[in-house]
Amino acid sequence: MDFGLSEEQALLDETVRRFLDERLPMSRVREVVESESGVDDEGWRALAELGVAGALVPEAFGGAGLSLLDAAVIATALGHGAAPLPFVGSSVLATLLLRDVADGDVQAQWLPALAGGGARIAVGIAERVEARQGAGLTEAEGGLSGTALFVLDGQDADAFWLVCGDDAHLVRAGAAGLTAKPLPTIDRTRRCVEVGLEDAVPEASYRGVGASLDRVLDAGRIVLAADILGGCDRALALSVAYATDRKQFGRPISTFQAVKHMCAEMAAAIEPSRSLVWYAAHAWDALPDEAPLLATLCKAHLSDVGHDVMRTATQVHGGIGFTDECDLQFWFKREGLSRQLLGGPEALRAHAARLQGIA
Amino acid sequence: MDLAYGPEYETFRAELRAFLETHGSEAPGRRGEIASVGSAEVTAWQAKLIDRGYAARTIPKEYGGAGHEADPLIATILSEEFGRTHVSKGVGGQGIDMLVPTLLEHGTEAQKKRYVPATVRGEMVWCQGYSEPGAGSDLAALQTSGRVEGDHLFINGQKIWTSTAQFSQMMFALIRTEPDAPKHEGISYVLVPMDTPGIDVRPLKTMTGHAEFNEVFFDEVKVPLANIVGRRGEGWKIANTTLRHERNMLGSSATSESLYEGALQVLREERIDGGRAVDSPVLRDRLMKLQAETIANKAHAMRLLTSRLRGENAGVAGLVSKLNGCQLNHDLAGLAIDAMGEGGALYRGSERARDGGRWQFQYMFQLGLIIGGGTAQIQKNIISERGLGMPREPKAVKAAAEATPGSDT
Repeated sequence: MDFGLSEEQALLDETVRRFLDERLPMSRVREVVESESGVDDEGWRALAELGVAGALVPEAFGGAGLSLLDAAVIATALGHGAAPLPFVGSSVLATLLLRDVADGDVQAQWLPALAGGGARIAVGIAERVEARQGAGLTEAEGGLSGTALFVLDGQDADAFWLVCGDDAHLVRAGAAGLTAKPLPTIDRTRRCVEVGLEDAVPEASYRGVGASLDRVLDAGRIVLAADILGGCDRALALSVAYATDRKQFGRPISTFQAVKHMCAEMAAAIEPSRSLVWYAAHAWDALPDEAPLLATLCKAHLSDVGHDVMRTATQVHGGIGFTDECDLQFWFKREGLSRQLLGGPEALRAHAARLQGIA
Repeated sequence: MDLAYGPEYETFRAELRAFLETHGSEAPGRRGEIASVGSAEVTAWQAKLIDRGYAARTIPKEYGGAGHEADPLIATILSEEFGRTHVSKGVGGQGIDMLVPTLLEHGTEAQKKRYVPATVRGEMVWCQGYSEPGAGSDLAALQTSGRVEGDHLFINGQKIWTSTAQFSQMMFALIRTEPDAPKHEGISYVLVPMDTPGIDVRPLKTMTGHAEFNEVFFDEVKVPLANIVGRRGEGWKIANTTLRHERNMLGSSATSESLYEGALQVLREERIDGGRAVDSPVLRDRLMKLQAETIANKAHAMRLLTSRLRGENAGVAGLVSKLNGCQLNHDLAGLAIDAMGEGGALYRGSERARDGGRWQFQYMFQLGLIIGGGTAQIQKNIISERGLGMPREPKAVKAAAEATPGSDT
């Protein structure tokens, strides 16, 4: 019995955190999010050398061949840093689809490029969870038409995985009939796009891969939950530090129980959430029967904990927490997007009930 | 990450399962185990368990235990298997869980010989005399006094929240023996025979309608000075070693798992306008929310178990289980009640009350546990101060300066 991170995983966590502290401090994050691409390309290539971009790419294709638990550790560190990097979309969702459904030639073409940080693929899968505002794709005579919303990491992507029913299509960014329009959300640290298609021809199509799509969705949910977890860690640390510095009524506000108890409530919610993220990620790697339910409940739970933590942390910061100058808002907004991606908590809980035959 | 226990532990589990299957029917009823302490049935079962190392496992053989090394995995397997089969895991309660470890650490040889084997065999039952009407969260404010005259203490005062006092032969109590010493330094840890003249035990009926606790009154209760554990005035420090243990026991994830299963069954069985309660999207959403918390707490328990196995300090993660677990249990009972509608308000005495009123009882009893064993607010102080390194309130800092450094809860 060993329920915890290995020494290698602890080192991975430390390495990514140290990299972000040095190369992507919040002053740099603020610059990157104002740029057009919204991604720190140089930082991404440097992280690729550390194995982050290709964490889930098999070693045979130049990746690190790591587990989803390793990816969750990375995502927690990236969430902690509010890193403007295309990890969830390109390194997790797109990479797993390439791994699970693509043929050898397509894998050989894309996986090494993804692992090197030189190429990015975004994934349009939101409509498999819930089709909103009439979005969705249709296929006719080999061409795809329609709209895919909230395509994560889609800004400047080289290609798109687009999901239509139980089929997955890989379409190049430059394909005729494809447009990618920015969808500015509250979270400026990750870019979503709206992909419009008019009879666009895929580079490759894979039919009847619904089971793989669901498994990739599970992985995406776990990694988003891990990202929220990292944001919660940072929000709590910022709150404790702020409460220690800030004086009112002649003493640090950290001496007031009203403030201390808010911090304690955040910690009490965060720690079992960390255990749940590890458990769900491990289940995805090793306990396939348990993974769908754990991934679903994990994302729902972290979304609720994340919401509470972000609100409470802002409250601890008082008026300063409401300003643009305060960095805390980056995690508040990042959680605000993560919460909705790949299913909000209510949709996920309904899904969890169906998975267990309760509904 | 590896959730398997390993072959030698699975062998242990298989043997335990076989034992429970063959001999489980000889076990005394679980509910009666405290009231019937000392009965031939209880002591025979306890002896059988100790003989196989299933009870009193880490207590040395010379004091009547099984004499094994402490092993958190074995302890977990024992708790899982006895819990799963609902077979009595032998003599429990505060004597074996709290007093015995304290005596083994701080008692004299004479005290250990006199009290530990009888307690371990199930012949001697103990109650805990800590809380007082004026000393709850601020336990060190306790006023029950022990006046020293010759070789004896004369105890006067009152204890409250004393579970099992009506069955107990002995009490381990915190008594103020040094009235002039600073708050935390004037307390002694005293062993009090409950048949001493001057002790009056009165049942304390709670909101559940039952007397799960008692009040115990002391009027010139004469106890030998030899019944003090450790030195006079050191009782606070000694008590703290076992209080931590109590906080770990409350809020266990196994209780939440069992309450979740029960609540799920209620939601499946309850009919609303001919449909099932679980088909109500609102109730189902609440159920799934609590299931996520239940699983998170279960995963968290595995993580804390791993910390113990690795010999690591779990840090703030190790301080949150009591706060989270008791709140979750209360919420689970609340959901089951809401799923029953008006029927959820039925209680004992109604033939229509589901499970004999179990859910209302749990709803109230779990609220009691949110308060007892260190209130939720005290837990939050502990989490913020010990876990997050936040300062104590200025007044508390002043009071603590009078106490032994580092000895406070």
